[in-house]
Amino acid sequence: MSKHRVIPGFGLSLGFTVTYLSLIILIPLAALFVKAGGLGPAEWWRILSAPRVLAAAKLTFGASAAAAMVSVVVGLLVTWVLVRYRFPGRRLLDAMVDLPFALPTAVAGITLTSIYAPNGWIGQYLAVWGIQGAYSPFGVFIALTFIGFPFVVRTVQPVMEDLGTELEEAAATLGAGRLTVFCRVILPALLPALITGFTLAFARAIGEYGSVIFISGNLPMKTEILPLLIVAQLEQYKYRDAAVIAAGMLMVSFALLFLINLLQRQLNWHKR
Amino acid sequence: MHHRSSTTESAPVRWLLIGLALLALSLFLLLPLLAVFVEALRRGTDVFCAALVSPSALSAVRLTLTAAAVSVPLNTVFGLAAAWAVTKHQFRGRALLLSLIDLPFAVSPVIAGLVWVLLFGAKGWFGPWLADHDIRIIFELPGIILATVFVTFPFVARELIPLMEAQGNDQELAAVTLGASGWQMFRRITLPNIKWGLLYGVLLCNARAMGEFGAVSVVSGHIRGKTNTLPLHIEVLYNEYQFSAAFACATLLGLLALLTLGLKSAVEQFTHQRASGRI
Amino acid sequence: MSISIQSIHKTFGTYTALDDISLEVPDGSLTALLGPSGSGKTTLLRIVAGLEMADPGSGRILFHGNDVSDVTAGKRGVGFVFQHYALFPHMTIAQNIAFGLDVMPREQRPKRAEIRERVGELLRLVRLEGLDKRRPNELSGGQRQRVALARALAIRPKVLLLDEPFGALDAQVRKELRRWLRQFHDEINLTTLFVTHDQEEALELADQVVVMRNARIEQTGTPQDIYDEPRTSFVYEFLGEVNKLPDGRYIRPHEIELRFAAEEGVDVTGRVSHLFVAGPFARVSVSPEHGRRGELEVWASRDQVEEMALANGDVIGLHFPNVKKPG
Repeated sequence: MSKHRVIPGFGLSLGFTVTYLSLIILIPLAALFVKAGGLGPAEWWRILSAPRVLAAAKLTFGASAAAAMVSVVVGLLVTWVLVRYRFPGRRLLDAMVDLPFALPTAVAGITLTSIYAPNGWIGQYLAVWGIQGAYSPFGVFIALTFIGFPFVVRTVQPVMEDLGTELEEAAATLGAGRLTVFCRVILPALLPALITGFTLAFARAIGEYGSVIFISGNLPMKTEILPLLIVAQLEQYKYRDAAVIAAGMLMVSFALLFLINLLQRQLNWHKR
Repeated sequence: MHHRSSTTESAPVRWLLIGLALLALSLFLLLPLLAVFVEALRRGTDVFCAALVSPSALSAVRLTLTAAAVSVPLNTVFGLAAAWAVTKHQFRGRALLLSLIDLPFAVSPVIAGLVWVLLFGAKGWFGPWLADHDIRIIFELPGIILATVFVTFPFVARELIPLMEAQGNDQELAAVTLGASGWQMFRRITLPNIKWGLLYGVLLCNARAMGEFGAVSVVSGHIRGKTNTLPLHIEVLYNEYQFSAAFACATLLGLLALLTLGLKSAVEQFTHQRASGRI
Repeated sequence: MSISIQSIHKTFGTYTALDDISLEVPDGSLTALLGPSGSGKTTLLRIVAGLEMADPGSGRILFHGNDVSDVTAGKRGVGFVFQHYALFPHMTIAQNIAFGLDVMPREQRPKRAEIRERVGELLRLVRLEGLDKRRPNELSGGQRQRVALARALAIRPKVLLLDEPFGALDAQVRKELRRWLRQFHDEINLTTLFVTHDQEEALELADQVVVMRNARIEQTGTPQDIYDEPRTSFVYEFLGEVNKLPDGRYIRPHEIELRFAAEEGVDVTGRVSHLFVAGPFARVSVSPEHGRRGELEVWASRDQVEEMALANGDVIGLHFPNVKKPG
């Protein structure tokens, strides 16, 4: 870098950043891809097309997508109430939204299991309706929603606060009713943030392990998620299988994030 | 709040929405939190206390504290360096660096553990070499620390970068023209400006470090009294059907989470009030 | 359609935003609400629009003799143009303008073709033909302002309300757009009420100027009245430059006559402390002699200054022909 820099410390800080990033993140991830990549397409196909892997992938991505979608709805409702209304206990609720971020996943896992187990606080009522809470794909979905919805709230909240009321007032003076204003003015303005929130919740849900393994019951072909399958392969010292499944998962996650980033850029009209 | 008839809902709709949100949050957040403590005390305080002072619980606490004590400072230094490089300077590849810093968010904790096993495990790249020199990483403290560092990697940086970006460089540039050295500038200008954000980033990083489960589970080896951190200890107890003991240990982590949240809102309230000039 | 505002009060908590405001806006007039920030002018405009409600039991708003105090903003039939335009960022210009027609109840809503035609008509009216497919962020500030105006006019409002319509524009565009709005108003003749803190804008544009201060109306009148016959010292000082004499009287810079110190009719003598000539005009700052404080600002013609061969430091005389003391 020949350009003179006014603020000092560039070389030192960037050098440390890049070195540390390489040692902790990039080289280990590269090792994973090298290990998995050394196996050739036939081997990849054999590992990934195993029925147990396919079943786990279906559950992981399906439950994650469903949980992220429900997170968007619940998150939007909660954000709306937190930003727009004043009521006693609002500050406490606002702080509580971060609980799933701060609560260790293992604790979340055993707690949700105890609540949604057939004899648990909520599980017993679900059982009356013939719904099995814990130890079912539904349980996986519950845990992933718990993990995901704070991402939606925290992404949408600042955008909604910045939105102000001028656009709504403009729509109101033009004769639009409250519902029309919400659907045609507020929702489109929040859409990019909602998509970001969905993506974050989805990406987090795909990799989630701790909160799920207690509530899912871990039955192969039924309630086994991909991260658990990786652990199972490792415990049998099948390093290659574990590496291939992990590499496949990462590639799908990165591709999804990339696609949604592109979509995001398309939707970012409101950048002035 | 002003009364704004045209941009708010009628009172019944308002209260319905508030009610729904309260219901969702209580079912989703308050109930699990409550359940931790209820389940922990179900068999009485004796069982509760015994679970907390058992030797394996104490050793798990010690290991958890050790792992956090190493990984949190490391990632704090990284967070400061990365934020300094990215926000105070323009360079090619800056956008790429920013997305690479976020990368661990998209990596499953299990994979974060797996990569270290692939590198340092018995059948890993450096496995034979390490065995020859009698160095153990996987199933030992170093492995647990590496996994924790990977998982908590972006937390401080992610908190600082937007904050420092918003604050801009004017104050630092003013300090340069007044003859301050790099270290003086950092100590007396930058650090006071970011201290609350830094504190929050460190708190979050710490909460995640102490609570990390998946990554640590893969590299720990589950040796009770030796390589079990607190979350792993909880899993072991739970799988042995010692539910009350498991929840008793979970209350420690639950309290840590509450403490983190409490400090966070205190920090937020304090900075907010200062920003609006009320203090 | 005339607007009648009758003893309106508005408080926000303990803060009084409007204190017993009454005002008549004649049909087809262009009226300016002029005042410093915090004077209550925007709150008054928002109450007329129905975006804010006056304190319960305080007063009434009549449109053409009909009480609209309890009518919501959407049903009042007002066109409101916001300071920062409030264009919908995700819609095209055409969709923005058509919004008010699109959201009408089905039985009143014009047919699709009619809406398209009306949008085209409005785009021509505000001289933005060909921009219908663009999005707001692709337009300049002046263009966005005109889109906001077209959108407000699409619903054929009975009155037009503008909140600091030129506040966010740079000086050049502001002047152009101001002239354009005056012509535009003369063409469509819609009762218009606008808020501004810029006295030049109010005087140049409006038929009637309402000067507000601290939640009250200080003075209402034509621009000529307000400028020439200010009723309070506040109005004097707020509208244009003015010299305050030690005895509390006011005189505008162009009203002071420059004379030689020894001439007859000299009220004050002083030393020229600064002289600035631009085009045909000259600004002369004079420090009065005999220990009086403060400088006097005098506007004279360049010819006169050259004729008198004025230079910095010269001692000259000033004559005050027409000194007023506000009531």
